[in-house]
Amino acid sequence: MKRQDVQERIISVYIHRFDPTSDKKPRAVLYELAVEQGMTVLDGLHRIKETQDPTLAFRFSCRMGVCGSCAMLINGKPMLACNTQILDVTDKALTVAPLPNFRVVRDLVPDLAPLFKKHVQVNPYIVRTDGHEMESPSGEFIQTPEELIKYLQFTYCIKCGACVAACPTAATDENYLGPMALAQAYRYIVDSRDDGFHSRKSVVGADKAVFNCHYAGECSAVCPKGVDPARAIQFMKRELVRDYLLMRRHTAPLKARALNDKSKEKKTPLPVPPYTVDR
Amino acid sequence: MTDNKTSGNRLGVKGWFAGGRWGMERYIYAIHRLTGLGLLLFLTIHIFESSMRIYGAPVWERTMAFLDHPLFAAGEFLIIIGFAFHAINGLRLVFLELGFGVGKAIEPVYPYRTSVQVQRPLAIAVMILSALLIAAGGIDLFFIRP
Repeated sequence: MKRQDVQERIISVYIHRFDPTSDKKPRAVLYELAVEQGMTVLDGLHRIKETQDPTLAFRFSCRMGVCGSCAMLINGKPMLACNTQILDVTDKALTVAPLPNFRVVRDLVPDLAPLFKKHVQVNPYIVRTDGHEMESPSGEFIQTPEELIKYLQFTYCIKCGACVAACPTAATDENYLGPMALAQAYRYIVDSRDDGFHSRKSVVGADKAVFNCHYAGECSAVCPKGVDPARAIQFMKRELVRDYLLMRRHTAPLKARALNDKSKEKKTPLPVPPYTVDR
Repeated sequence: MTDNKTSGNRLGVKGWFAGGRWGMERYIYAIHRLTGLGLLLFLTIHIFESSMRIYGAPVWERTMAFLDHPLFAAGEFLIIIGFAFHAINGLRLVFLELGFGVGKAIEPVYPYRTSVQVQRPLAIAVMILSALLIAAGGIDLFFIRP
């Protein structure tokens, strides 16, 4: 590492502060921060809280881009504070604000309760008619790699709310279900173990849901985990259109296979990998 | 939590233009909405203007004379712009919303390649086709028709 890389530099950090007991609306407060190579926005906020202003409030937990607690608006873009290095964003001025399209509880802490309520509405779990199999499965639900890849991408969602903060439809419509909940609905609908399309259809196909999305693509562009909610929403629309035109093929949900069931293995033996060296 | 005193932070119409990564699709989204509203306004005015027929030939002639102003020619050009963009982008949206042109679900590996990049050629084609239609409409309106 070059010497200049480890040198500190002073940058101006504008943090949007809001105290519910005294403020009517958020105000930007300027802090000077000595930034070094590798320092994340979350590190910077901790440094300011420790050395300049202990009243600064922000939400965080894992510090490694897994929990989704620290999403905030960093220089105008929704990002995870723990996953964003300050010098990757700026070397002069940094503006940190709470996620838009959510109410602000205090300083950089958004109220994510509406996000989670909408998530619950889409039944974000495997729905099956054979309840006993869900409670005490008689075996494993074995999926092929092709079945897995259909929903794998959408399982990486950490519910940080960055997609909703970037969504222009959510900006003007508080009741819009939002990219996170819709992508999660599709994640379960496309799962071969699930049989809940019809129970979710009334929620995702209703007003203020998938058909309010006109593909701005911002949710996918800002997602810190590459979940691509915009893709899931378009696929969901296709499923709903197919269902409306009676063209949606209903396949029975995957059945559990008992651990001692050898019958399938006889029919479809595991493929032998090709030799990697000359015999 | 929602019952506590909190600050509303919804971006409103400003959120059509800001708050994300400023990809071109966001602006296409905003222009699509604005042109949709513009075309709706035009339709309302057009129905009102056409309804002048019921008051007889003299009223209709006066209405036509009033509308034969360069300002309305400019307005007509705005309608061509709105219509060209809204129609072609509408086709793109129908195509995308049926699940075409957004690629297949993949395992997200950094750097992520999302459906936004996959459909980008379509968005560029919308801009080019709209520009061609607008140019053709403008030539017809300002150079051929007079």
